[in-house]
Amino acid sequence: MRALPMGERALLVELADGIEAQALHAELLRRRAAGSLRVREIVPAARTVLLDGLDEPARVRAELPGWEVLPLPERAGAVLEIPVRYDGPDLADVAAHWGVSVPEVARIHAAAEFRVAFCGFAPGFGYLTGLPERYGVPRRATPRTSVPEGSVALAGPYTGIYPRTSPGGWQLIGSTDAVLWDHARVPAALLSPGVRVRFVPHGTPVNPTEAAPGLAPEGR
Amino acid sequence: MTDRAVAVVRAGALTTVQDLGRPGHAHLGVPRSGALDQPAARLVNRLVGNAPGAAVLETTLNGCAVRPRRPVTIAVGGAPCPVTVDGRPAPWGAPVRVPAGALVDIGAAVSGVRGYLAVDGGVAVDPVLGSRSTDLLSGLGPPPLADGAVLPLGTPSGPHARVDTVPQPAPPGELVLRVTLGPRADWFTGAALETLTTRAYRVSSASNRIGLRTEGPALERALTGELPSEGMVLGAVQVPPDGRPVVFLADHPTTGGYPVVAVVREADLAAAAQAPPGTPVRFVRAGRA
Repeated sequence: MRALPMGERALLVELADGIEAQALHAELLRRRAAGSLRVREIVPAARTVLLDGLDEPARVRAELPGWEVLPLPERAGAVLEIPVRYDGPDLADVAAHWGVSVPEVARIHAAAEFRVAFCGFAPGFGYLTGLPERYGVPRRATPRTSVPEGSVALAGPYTGIYPRTSPGGWQLIGSTDAVLWDHARVPAALLSPGVRVRFVPHGTPVNPTEAAPGLAPEGR
Repeated sequence: MTDRAVAVVRAGALTTVQDLGRPGHAHLGVPRSGALDQPAARLVNRLVGNAPGAAVLETTLNGCAVRPRRPVTIAVGGAPCPVTVDGRPAPWGAPVRVPAGALVDIGAAVSGVRGYLAVDGGVAVDPVLGSRSTDLLSGLGPPPLADGAVLPLGTPSGPHARVDTVPQPAPPGELVLRVTLGPRADWFTGAALETLTTRAYRVSSASNRIGLRTEGPALERALTGELPSEGMVLGAVQVPPDGRPVVFLADHPTTGGYPVVAVVREADLAAAAQAPPGTPVRFVRAGRA
């Protein structure tokens, strides 16, 4: 863990990987809720956590290495189920990258349990991790000028869902009617860092008791 | 419709509703947003008796014109500009009583870029996540003003300030931005850091509420790899592949994948908001990270 000053009031904490970043994020939320940490923004990202709006950044920077950060619980809290149609225009490309058939892409994706590692790009856009490492895919060589709202997409190690129609370079594998962002709703964002997610193919009964046996170990 | 409203007669190049923004939601990808020149927005609110966080109009270069449906007190600040009420000159930087139906015209900026119009009671569009600010990056808050739009006003809360005029900083002839190096200064060569803090830059015409773009010598990277996305702060000096520094302003993305070579002091960002394209920029070391 390395804490780098970022201006007068912020620290960018660098971790070894995304799992450590998510664990530190959870610890920071605990400390803020308990009142032992005063900070305006806690922003997890790929392998960093930004603390912005700190009263005493130097003190926090000095104390951070001495903190005990609990490992991320494997399974805690409810799993948010998001219905998805595996009908994206890039399914065949993804299947080719993975070396599997098109129906296998849907099966593999729906079998994984995801976690929102961080948010960004647009309000309500979450970067979901959980696919085994070998299923990473490159971004499209030429980004689309318009990706439809609700598109379920892959890039690098991440799965994401476009909260509104916008340009984008991710590989589109499906679509959902889930409302990712509604500022009149509390909370406005369906996905926030730490939320666990499973994709349920349309036509599959929601909340199956044994989802995709045999695939979970691959993700760890 | 209630008469607690103003009609937009001339929207101007880019006029948005702004307050002090929506901090606390960066982890959801929501920028802070808010008035770019916060001291000016606070001042005009104080002049009309509003709370500091009341929503005002932020204009860009050529002002705007509105017609209140009831008698109101207004104040204009930020970039100096002519103000008229029904064609008669009215004071800038001071409270002005305006009768119902009169045309309030905020003229083109004489210097600077962004003007602020406060109306007593404040602009009362529906807040989103606790703020009425227009966020141009993510499309939160009301859209930029359009001719013919009608904006609701809140209830005036207190007496306006009893002043004739107040001092406001003049828009910068040269923009001096004090920076702290880091967190990714080590991604650049020593020569690049020397370049950043000694050479002359200029404000690019591609600047907007998201970032102040600069023209000048490119900063050479020492590390050429990809940086995984990481959290961004207001004032971050991000360096895209073309090597020209971009200073993140209120509507900046909350995460980004280009290295941040330095961070500008927040106190210097109001001047950055008022620097028109072509303004000389100097980045000055403010302290060691």
